[in-house]
Amino acid sequence: MNLENYESKEFFDELIGKGGRPRVASRAVWKYLKSLDENELGERRSACDLAALVAGITFRVYFEDTGVDRAMPFDLIPRVIALKEWETIEAGLKQRVKALNCFIEDLYNDQDIVRDGVFPAELLENSENFQEQCRGISPPLGIWAHICGSDLVRDGDGTVYVLEDNLRIPSGVSYMLENRQVMKRVFPELFEDSGIQPVDDYPSQLYDTLASLSPSPSDYPSVVVLTPGMYNSAYFEHAYLAQQMGASLVEGRDLVVDNSDRVFMRTISGLEPVDVIYRRVDDDFIDPEAFREDSMLGVPGLMRAWRSGNVALANAPGAGVADDKVVYAYVPEIIRYYLNESPKLDNVPTWKCQNPDEMAYVIDHLDELVIKPANESGGYGMLIGPRSTKKERDKFARLIRKDPRNYIGQPTLSLSTCPTFVQNGVAPRHIDLRPFVLSGLQTYVTNGGLTRVALKAGSLVVNSSQGGGSKDTWIVDTEVS
Amino acid sequence: MMLARLAENLFWHGRYLERAEDLARLINVTAHLNLDLPSGLSAGWQPLIRITGNAARFEENNEEPNERNVVRFLLFDDSNPSSLKVTLEHARENLRSARDLVPREVWEQMNALYLKSTEQLNSKLSKRRRQDFLEELILECQQMAGTLQGTMSHDHAYDFMLIGRHLERADMITRILEVRGYDLLPDTAEDLGPFESIQWMSVLKSLTGYQMYRRHVRSRVSGRDVLRFLLRDGQFPRSVMYCLLVLEDLIGGLPGEDDRSLRSVTHLQRLLNDTQAKSLNGRELVSFMDQLQIELAQTDLAIRHTWFGSEA
Repeated sequence: MNLENYESKEFFDELIGKGGRPRVASRAVWKYLKSLDENELGERRSACDLAALVAGITFRVYFEDTGVDRAMPFDLIPRVIALKEWETIEAGLKQRVKALNCFIEDLYNDQDIVRDGVFPAELLENSENFQEQCRGISPPLGIWAHICGSDLVRDGDGTVYVLEDNLRIPSGVSYMLENRQVMKRVFPELFEDSGIQPVDDYPSQLYDTLASLSPSPSDYPSVVVLTPGMYNSAYFEHAYLAQQMGASLVEGRDLVVDNSDRVFMRTISGLEPVDVIYRRVDDDFIDPEAFREDSMLGVPGLMRAWRSGNVALANAPGAGVADDKVVYAYVPEIIRYYLNESPKLDNVPTWKCQNPDEMAYVIDHLDELVIKPANESGGYGMLIGPRSTKKERDKFARLIRKDPRNYIGQPTLSLSTCPTFVQNGVAPRHIDLRPFVLSGLQTYVTNGGLTRVALKAGSLVVNSSQGGGSKDTWIVDTEVS
Repeated sequence: MMLARLAENLFWHGRYLERAEDLARLINVTAHLNLDLPSGLSAGWQPLIRITGNAARFEENNEEPNERNVVRFLLFDDSNPSSLKVTLEHARENLRSARDLVPREVWEQMNALYLKSTEQLNSKLSKRRRQDFLEELILECQQMAGTLQGTMSHDHAYDFMLIGRHLERADMITRILEVRGYDLLPDTAEDLGPFESIQWMSVLKSLTGYQMYRRHVRSRVSGRDVLRFLLRDGQFPRSVMYCLLVLEDLIGGLPGEDDRSLRSVTHLQRLLNDTQAKSLNGRELVSFMDQLQIELAQTDLAIRHTWFGSEA
């Protein structure tokens, strides 16, 4: 196919460098794409659609009459990162997640970081995700966020930044796995001796991580995945991971906590003990005794059982305290404080409206900054300054003055692009990357992660709820290929 | 390990799918029968309302129990909890929750059956198309049963579906016999109506039992023999006894010490064996069928309590 004219003018392109030449790790795939004629390409694309259909069929059939579509369109051109670069990112992620876990453990126990004046006490007092019920608890291995999904972006000069950390119930890993399945089916030639690192071991790594948390010494811990139920938008992923791990997929009503604070599931043979719960239900809903009384999704007494150490919860309740966007601004200090190392991955420069002079700067520069509320995810409640109207900016100025703790400002990054199929050929589209980090006895980072792509020209919003798609992500060992 | 909730979903899926199939059979057979009988003798469509146990709800609407109204009530009516449409919805929803436990084809068949039926049920069905539609539906239910039988491990998940199916089937047979038998069984043995035979044939046909009856009973179609066949034959899959034998076998293989369900099933078998079905008159038949239905409800309750954790 004709790719000669592809160019991503003012942005950093992941595949194509200056002068239209593919980067080293992308040479093989670019050459291959070029070698395909229109017919072959058409075949690949329909094979891809078909494979995605087969892979996604469970999902489609579930929702075919409830108005929920398969969450993400899939793009055939992979996003490629050289293994060498990836290794530094991986090290940075491990460092970051380790520090965040120390931070959470400290916040719920001695609060040294507050006493030492590194993290402001008033931030903690106003934190929506700080759970009073978790005070004084130290979960096994001191780990709270066992599964972390951090969003990475690359700016115009090629620097990779962490945009946010998702420490509550990050999702999307099933798309990463499914996208790879599709690609292997459609481009088997490319996977032969090209040094693409595998991603398929995630479910077994996840299982090992969860099993390592089991409070009962047994070779066969009972691990379950707790889902809000089949109408949850991520139910497909819950079912998929449970199946891949050989764990039971349970709902709140399947579990019961007895008087001695032990957790059981209701089976046809009576009550059977549960050791580890990978919960995909929000903190607020997991236990009506401890949190929202009106929750129908939770298990009464689950917090008691967890507190008593009779069951492991992943992620631990309260872990979300470290993923609000104001805490984010402090992560570099957090890394230095707990690990005595300098951060290996950069944070996006962030103005905290908490501080009056930073707030003044933000309000003066609303037209060039991105404004984010501390506790929203999925791209909701944001202001993208350069694209905003005067009216929207005035609204945000009011919101920020009313509740400064809840807002941060960041420069508008020029997100990197990746060649993506569009109506007429191939064009650059902005992307990000969500790697997943597992922390248990060992720390594991996925080879790559989920690349999300904003399918609309010029759009920076990659969230699937707002029209984003996804791509396979290749970590390529260039020494091999 | 099997979650109680999923076992319950599969049990109900089995019940609802059987209910849908039985309903389709009943409607088609009634339509045929009414064509064969002189209008004065025809029992009309009223008995179907009684069989499905929703007389009170139907009467609320103050509609005449003619073909159009009864069929609409039984097929499309959203307010009738046993209408075909609602029954298929329940069959599908219950299977949906437990779909990871059954072969994918079965879920796809269920889904296709539901979608197709809803579409048909939402359009105006002529008599002719109605019959074709119901016949196809019966075949599709049979096809699902066949796919399950031939592709699913006969594990507890499978057992619970079958338990639901046979409990529902036994219950439906007693309802058909109760309603039709009361109309058909004369109070004295001599009092035979001229169309008795054709009506009993329709009872057999509603349970696809005509051919098997002919082969195994080898006598003219009489009320006494039909009753005996449909209640006590141990080989015909749509006799009450056959259902009870299947239930005994399946329930006996389930985990746990609680034997209430099993005792309830064997009690039902004894009731059948001890009753001289041949000598029942209409009134006695009705009360015997009531007795069976009450005991079947006890079985249902015991199953739910023992394996699904419902309160007794």
